[in-house]
Amino acid sequence: MSPSVIVNATHLAKSYNGKMVVKDINLSIKKGECCGILGPNGAGKTTTMRMLVGHTKADKGMLEVLGFSIPDRAREMRSKVGVVPQIDNLDPDFSVSENLYSYGRYFGYSRKVLEPRIQKLLDFASLQDKADSRIQSLSGGMKRRLTLARSLINEPDLLILDEPTTGLDPQARQLIWQQLRQLQKEGLTIIISTHYMEEAERLCDRIIVMDKGDILADNRPESLIDEQIEPHVLEVHGEGVHEWHSTLKLEAGIRYEQVGETRFYYGLELKELIETLDGWGGLRYLYRPANLEDVFLKLTGRDLRDD
Amino acid sequence: MIDLLTPQGAFSRCFSVWLRNAKVWSKLAGSSLLGSFAEPLFYLFALGYGLGQFIGSVEGMSYIVFLASGILSTSTMNTATFEGLYLAYTRMEVQRTWDGMLSTPLGVTDIVRGEVLWMGTKSVISALAILLVTTLSGFVESTTALWVLPIAFLTGCCFGSIALTVTALSRSYDFFMYYLSLVVTPMVLLSGVFFPLTSLPEVVRDGVSALPLFHIVEMVRPLMTGGFPDNLLIHIAVPVIYCLSFLSIAILLLKKRLLK
Repeated sequence: MSPSVIVNATHLAKSYNGKMVVKDINLSIKKGECCGILGPNGAGKTTTMRMLVGHTKADKGMLEVLGFSIPDRAREMRSKVGVVPQIDNLDPDFSVSENLYSYGRYFGYSRKVLEPRIQKLLDFASLQDKADSRIQSLSGGMKRRLTLARSLINEPDLLILDEPTTGLDPQARQLIWQQLRQLQKEGLTIIISTHYMEEAERLCDRIIVMDKGDILADNRPESLIDEQIEPHVLEVHGEGVHEWHSTLKLEAGIRYEQVGETRFYYGLELKELIETLDGWGGLRYLYRPANLEDVFLKLTGRDLRDD
Repeated sequence: MIDLLTPQGAFSRCFSVWLRNAKVWSKLAGSSLLGSFAEPLFYLFALGYGLGQFIGSVEGMSYIVFLASGILSTSTMNTATFEGLYLAYTRMEVQRTWDGMLSTPLGVTDIVRGEVLWMGTKSVISALAILLVTTLSGFVESTTALWVLPIAFLTGCCFGSIALTVTALSRSYDFFMYYLSLVVTPMVLLSGVFFPLTSLPEVVRDGVSALPLFHIVEMVRPLMTGGFPDNLLIHIAVPVIYCLSFLSIAILLLKKRLLK
């Protein structure tokens, strides 16, 4: 086992009922990385995450997590991994600290080992005052923090989070991010699936974009923006946007797209384009550097995914 | 720390599932006990005294004494069945407790075994409660009745395994009605709970001997009335075979369902 490689997957593939949901992907994640897996619904993110924890057996390929061959040695691997599921599965019949305790028991820890850890985790999750509260009395953000704390009960070498902040308000999300950054600083390897670009951009030092079972891009967020998309974006919307657009003579090197009532222009230099906006009082516009969302939409398309 | 990866660890893994259920139960024990023992006792006293007036004695004992062992057997079965259907389904689909467990070193096999052990335990608790009341009411003849407790454990494990198999196939709670109406109810009516099988045609009696509840009642009744069961080995073997077969089927089906 090479301890510096946390995940090593080669030619992983999985199909359900003849439909390939993960197509021959290769993936290597090193110790200390915080890796975001992005993709629209149906991209194969969830299946990939399930394969990583040994819940889904790949049809083809080789997978090692923490040096253990998966799924054969998934039990040993899971004893060193923390998982934050997409859907909360805290025990509603237990209090906050009882949840941590009974989860710790599943790893075989005794009360003596667990008690100091539970105290530490309650501090980490800012839930000291809630130790004896029932789960139903917690807010959505508190439940998520508890789920995150619970995933650390075994002091894992790898943390896997499936859409950890979906459905949270902005304040609660900030607090989770802060906690994840702290863990990252302590050197924990983190894999996080999300469809919030902001989340990926802020937390991850590596982004994997998936769609239709394939890995479309895999790089640092800033490199991804550099390599995949023009540096500047002009967004224009409002009354008369289509008339304004029809008067334009776009230079070569400027790419544009229309999404609903908004038009997007991408290019190295858009100043001349902005000048043409003078006199069009009904238009609203935003001139900004390109971000991960632009990359994501370029790679995966702008069509709505309902499946 | 217990090393969960060793064979001794396998027991510890099941036990952590058992312990989780036991702790939840102990928090809600009041309502749970009421369900698993108040209702059967209403049946026992209402039917035992009400019908008993007309029936007189059955197989040389008063009807209520005859009925007590039948009610105890049914109730231990019902306790495990309810746990294996409604409560297990809730843990699987609503609370996602099993998903949480599967993110730890526990596997589907550990969860199913732990659940079945818990269902056996719950049946023992239910049997103990009924035994206590029937003894205080004077319907229990001798201390051999204590042997009913290990039989209750077997009953719980057997019907718990069957119920988990049904749960593994269910897409909603509604599906359980098929099992309850088409399997459990006829089995209760035909297994000698309310009346001796001698009143049934021989063909039916032969069929009934394939049902696990029949064998449970055949053991519980003599033990509660101061006797000793005939053909004890057969009566133990049939529920054991049911238990082990359905345990394996439940594990297989739940692996398919949870590890897709």
